[in-house]
Amino acid sequence: MTTKQKGKGASRRQFLTGAAAAGAGAVAAATAKAAGPDPLITELQDWATGMGAGVDETPYGLPIEFESDVVRRNVEWLTADTISSINFTPIHALDGTITPQGCAFERHHSGAISMRKEDYRLMINGLVDQPLVFTYEDLERFPRENRIYFCECAANSGMEWAGAQLNGAQFTHGMIHNMEYSGVSLRTLLNEAGVKPEGKWVYVEGADASSNGRSIPIEKALDDCLVAFKANGEALRMEHGYPARLVVPGWEGNMWVKWLRRIEITEVAVESREETSKYTDTLEDGTSRKWTWEMDAKSVITAPSPQAPIRHGKGPLVITGLAWSGRGAITGVDVTIDGGKTWQKARLGAPGQSKAMTRFYLDINWNGEEMLLQSRARDETGYIQPTKDQLREVRGLNSIYHNNGIQTWWVNADGEAENVEIS
Amino acid sequence: MSKFPNQLALVSVVGVSAIALAVGLSERAAHKAELAAHDAEMAAAHHAEATAESVVEHAAEEETATAEVADAAAPAGEDTELADAGMSAAEEAPAAEAAPVAVTAAAVDGATDMLDGAGDTGRMAGDDSAAPMGPFGLGRPALPEEVAAWDVDILPDGTGLPAGEGDVWTGEEVFADNCAVCHGDFAEGVDNWPKLAGGMDTLDHEDPLKTVGSYWPYLSTVFDYVRRSMPFGAAQTMSDDDVYAITAYILYSNDLVDDDFVLSKETFFDVEMPNAGGFIIDDRAETELPLFSQEPCMENCKESVEITKHVLFKDPIPVEEGEEEAAAEPAPALEATETAAVQAPADEAPAEEVAAEEEAPVAAEEAAVPQEAIDPELVAAGERVFKKCKACHQVGESAKNKVGPILNGVVGRSVGTGADFKYSKVMVEAGSGGMVWDDATLAGYLEAPKKFLKGNKMAFAGLKKEADTAAIIAFLKAHP
Repeated sequence: MTTKQKGKGASRRQFLTGAAAAGAGAVAAATAKAAGPDPLITELQDWATGMGAGVDETPYGLPIEFESDVVRRNVEWLTADTISSINFTPIHALDGTITPQGCAFERHHSGAISMRKEDYRLMINGLVDQPLVFTYEDLERFPRENRIYFCECAANSGMEWAGAQLNGAQFTHGMIHNMEYSGVSLRTLLNEAGVKPEGKWVYVEGADASSNGRSIPIEKALDDCLVAFKANGEALRMEHGYPARLVVPGWEGNMWVKWLRRIEITEVAVESREETSKYTDTLEDGTSRKWTWEMDAKSVITAPSPQAPIRHGKGPLVITGLAWSGRGAITGVDVTIDGGKTWQKARLGAPGQSKAMTRFYLDINWNGEEMLLQSRARDETGYIQPTKDQLREVRGLNSIYHNNGIQTWWVNADGEAENVEIS
Repeated sequence: MSKFPNQLALVSVVGVSAIALAVGLSERAAHKAELAAHDAEMAAAHHAEATAESVVEHAAEEETATAEVADAAAPAGEDTELADAGMSAAEEAPAAEAAPVAVTAAAVDGATDMLDGAGDTGRMAGDDSAAPMGPFGLGRPALPEEVAAWDVDILPDGTGLPAGEGDVWTGEEVFADNCAVCHGDFAEGVDNWPKLAGGMDTLDHEDPLKTVGSYWPYLSTVFDYVRRSMPFGAAQTMSDDDVYAITAYILYSNDLVDDDFVLSKETFFDVEMPNAGGFIIDDRAETELPLFSQEPCMENCKESVEITKHVLFKDPIPVEEGEEEAAAEPAPALEATETAAVQAPADEAPAEEVAAEEEAPVAAEEAAVPQEAIDPELVAAGERVFKKCKACHQVGESAKNKVGPILNGVVGRSVGTGADFKYSKVMVEAGSGGMVWDDATLAGYLEAPKKFLKGNKMAFAGLKKEADTAAIIAFLKAHP
């Protein structure tokens, strides 16, 4: 489960202590003019003369062996065990916006369960004209929608409230993924049962032993929620709720109930464990905010970053990252390389889409000097991603959830990056 | 079934989309209109079915090509979005109107298919005695027993509380048997598992301790959660009386009730939750959004910049085996104490030596492990069953003692002698008394852990199927 980065970790320590200065020089040399003919060109290579793999060698393909470090990772001491735990998407190593399912973060409260489609049942009960039970086959017969949304755990960056703790975008910002979902609008299913006028809330519940349940106001349930059974074109993975999960666009990931088994229409919120004792944000004076569902605008530079240092020396450098907002589309991202003295508008990979990830780029000519990198997202409501200190000013240090403060990477002259905070 | 699904989809929406396009709805507006339009949409589909026969006749005369009526009833997802709310009038529209719409699309096929289609959906179209179903007629009515089986949530006002009762002292026993292994005998929490008691008046301190007593606003949540989701690894196995008793004991551990308290539906609201008034509804719209919507500085924003904090853990994964044993262990962000601040090192008491340490190694018992060939299929089956055990036990090279001991080599070992694990007294005593884990003892234990060794700490209800027990034992044998 936990993939240790033994080798890499050790070399990073060397870099940080300066022991690898010679190594860095060697890297730079590789980018200089070739001293002689390149044997990769002048000598006949195996792949250019022999035969490659035939079709069907891997009926369902996996990433090539050279990318084996692009995997989810957990941080063991965060939780008591791996069954009720979380791991992190390797966002530092991905590009574009769509997260492949195989490396999209997982959060389980009682482990990922394996359920056959044939055994799947979805019940709608409570304040409805007719309580109903659907099979998986039934779900497939309703009109379907395709939508791209990010799913972010409310605790993403939660470890960073008090200060810089974990060294890598995967660990500071990796409780997020962004997929294209295919499924049925929750509204369609609710209409099938007929919501009574006194129904104000929708309580959704999973089939696993944790029976994770959350209350969603009926307005949201009838707006853009989906019961999804495909992600990125294929069946959901077990760890993401196969065969069907709820998609609650822009709202905290805990509400995206996996293995969705029951939808109950109620007059009041159930006030379940996950919406009272957890996923509530304690302020400095000891009172706590509840029902903090929307994920505010947020961004992070994914490379360069601690796990993705600059190896090529000075010259052209692509700075890239991700931005998203639970309140609408990203309309712009600013990037600074000098710790916020001056900011430049980053280039968006594609126009922002509502409640979906946006990729941004800033192409610079790096002078080889140290940088303090930050990104700052703006969404269509006019909201500007705040600094961590601005958030602390309002909320104090005990909020845990919903930390969308600006992240800083300190990149040194060797191209190594570290998670820091700045004045 | 259909050869031309998209074309057919048009049948039911063609008129509707025309309206929407004419009005020029934006995508967002169209999306909003969708809800209202949906009923109309489905009503139209319903009418299309209800009038299937007339459509059949009409279509047959025209000899128009393609499809099947069942499909005609299914609108395409994207197109429905364009539907205008005005179509809700279709509910009252005479059935006759639906037929022309369908025919306009010239996408209806011969009589046989159509009749089949009508038959498929006959429940909606014709059977008045059937329960009223939704616009698509999909799914089936949920039976009362089914709703009762799944709908067990408890609302803050106590709705859903079952009959039964439980007192503090019964609760202490049930808690010790089922919960203490993770949450501690006094609900004080073990390792990173949640603490359930204490922390009063700490919410405005650094690193507040959030427990049932100090934080949870509703008692209904405690009962609901314990009954539905606990104990971890054996959820929904406790009686309602036991859940009442456990809840009473948790309250007692938090000094919220006296030791003679009996919790039931009737006494539920005698309990005052200290932090009931401690919550406000999300106020970011007032307190944060205006503040964070100011036009930001782009140039000459500050004179100088200093690094104020360096990363706490330089390696991406801070704790590696055998090194850097967390000098300062950050608090868990999720399940346990849920603070982001850096804590003092978890004072991990060195694993207490078990009484068995003095005993000779189990050489004598080695014969008890026959060198039989282990059926690989059974081992694979055992690996699947072992998922039930994984919450507490590990096997394999990197296995560690967790809530339960490492199970490598457990078969053939004296009971209660795994290295560095703190066993219950009865386990240690059983081992000193000569009990060894073999097929028979493991089978007995796994079938009913509580009965087999009364007073042991394992919070597991037991394996119901003999095949599962056999598979697990094979799996454990494969991990010598």
